Amino acid sequence: MSDTPHVIIIGAGFTGCALAHDLTLRGFAVTVVERGEIASGTSGRTHGLLHSGARYCVNDRESAIECIEENILLRKIAAQCIEFNGGLFVALNDEDLSYAPRFEQGAQSCGIPIEKISPTQARERIPHLTNRVLLAYTVPDGAFDPLRLALAFAATAKHQGARFLTYHEVKGLRMDGRARVTGVTVWDRANDKTLDIGADIVINATGAWAGQIAAFAKVDVPVTPTPGVMVAYDQRLTDHVINRLSLPGDGDIIIPQRRMAVIGTTSYEVENLDYIPVLEEQVQAMYASAVELLPAIERSHLRGAYMSARPLVGRASAAGDERDLPRTFKCFDHAATDGVEGLVTITGGKATTCRAMAETTADVVCAKLGITAECSTKEQILLSYRNFYV
Amino acid sequence: MSEAWKITLILLRQKGTEHPPYPQSFEMQVDPDEMVLDAVERVWAFHDRSLMFRHACHHSTCGACGMRVNGVEKLTCITTIRSVTHDGGSLKVEPLRNFPVVSDLVVDMSRFYIHMEQAKAVPVEAVNEANLPYEADSTQEAGMQRLVDCIECGCCISACPVALTTPTYLGPAVLAALQDNLSQRFSPELAAFADQADGVWRCHSAYECSAVCPSNVDPAWRIMDLRKRLISNRVGQFFGKKPNYEK
Repeated sequence: MSDTPHVIIIGAGFTGCALAHDLTLRGFAVTVVERGEIASGTSGRTHGLLHSGARYCVNDRESAIECIEENILLRKIAAQCIEFNGGLFVALNDEDLSYAPRFEQGAQSCGIPIEKISPTQARERIPHLTNRVLLAYTVPDGAFDPLRLALAFAATAKHQGARFLTYHEVKGLRMDGRARVTGVTVWDRANDKTLDIGADIVINATGAWAGQIAAFAKVDVPVTPTPGVMVAYDQRLTDHVINRLSLPGDGDIIIPQRRMAVIGTTSYEVENLDYIPVLEEQVQAMYASAVELLPAIERSHLRGAYMSARPLVGRASAAGDERDLPRTFKCFDHAATDGVEGLVTITGGKATTCRAMAETTADVVCAKLGITAECSTKEQILLSYRNFYV
Repeated sequence: MSEAWKITLILLRQKGTEHPPYPQSFEMQVDPDEMVLDAVERVWAFHDRSLMFRHACHHSTCGACGMRVNGVEKLTCITTIRSVTHDGGSLKVEPLRNFPVVSDLVVDMSRFYIHMEQAKAVPVEAVNEANLPYEADSTQEAGMQRLVDCIECGCCISACPVALTTPTYLGPAVLAALQDNLSQRFSPELAAFADQADGVWRCHSAYECSAVCPSNVDPAWRIMDLRKRLISNRVGQFFGKKPNYEK
């Protein structure tokens, strides 16, 4: 092995791709192993909301601050895949109105620029918005193209020397006799071959599946896979993201994407992460809440409905409380938490914060290997996502 | 599950280019309102972990899951089973044509992406930068179709009879991107890219591309429009006029 430390990243979702970008910039040799394609798990199936953080500014301030900081950075480094049109929070009833003072205060304390506008102004911006709107705030929300955001990070990483092994499923972690992870065993799905790859550090960036990978090393990662449904309608109807002015609930966000309006989302727990069925009653519930905000949805048709499992850090105290888990991310150095060397897990977080998740994880990797290298992903404009294939 | 159908899902499998492709059948119970991609994904989740297929967004914004379904190019994440077969019927899913097969349903689209990059196709843009509004019925007027809705799924290239016989042909999506750029501002480099034997002149007006496009980008109309612009500029240049594509 050469002097350059070799890091294996398991998972090519937003986190894995952003981390490959960060680590290659810091001079590491990087191999990304992914059982499917880029962004074929949770990442691809997000609703595509570039969070301003306003959704979390009252009950999850840490996430809110992460979101607004990263929102501004991503708009700069990944402008190619972001449709930045801003968003609104709208109040439809007295309960929503009573949330307004806390919302204003929360946004201000998290540094999220908001502006109060009248119902008339709100309907000027979004002509299809319900006439029941009582009050609205503008927020710097946007929409991103999920696959292309992951690909842009991956493309840049690849051109900086990272190796991507897609359709390579991890079947085990290689351990030496002293509780140290020394590499991975992967199954090449295209050629039906099993191969061993050695590394100085293995990073588990598999999001909702993080517990399954960590189990290969007999360590526990407290992550609660929490799926939500998203429903896409075939008319756009709004150029701005629409949020309900209340604590996060089900079906309270509408995101314009291309010619569609995407409604999200729900929050519950499942057993099998590899196939999450789309539940008809949840689709109906999304429709009902979307119509409240945008009555014109009635005239549009369902174009797609899909599920994906968020990786929430921690465990819900009781079934049904998943919504209360924080949206922040966490990096576990298993040497410190479980006495297993050579394995780091990064999970939790949101697409909007993937760059910060990568930065934190790369810092941990540098510290473990005694390497001094600064993060430079805040400045580097990402290459065109198409370069991943070139 | 509101309604249950029994179908035979036939997937065209191929592992390694040295082996010929072969069909593999799965008897499945499905909800007819499920998408074709859901059925394919279930084969992977519950029957055969070696099955390879591309997918990401599951709502037609990424373009990863283009495949041939019963002989027609479809974006499988928005194609209901009801729309392509019947109870007791079969559903044949094959990889896109006119691209090299990597494995099973996955094709190598790198050449296509290089061309899209050369054509300077814009993938995503904010409303204030867009040259066409979103709101407009796609059936109203061909000129209102937004190229930025092109999700680079490759369905148009797979459906194109010319691409089938001429691998060097740029293909519909690339020419559509060139038309979109050239109709906004003249670029000698992009005009030359379009104005070549394997470019805009290779098209035989089969219109298959527009028939299968899941985003209503209407590449065939764009190719015809691009020809018109190129010809009119050639004639104009003959009489000493400067090229002007913006009309």
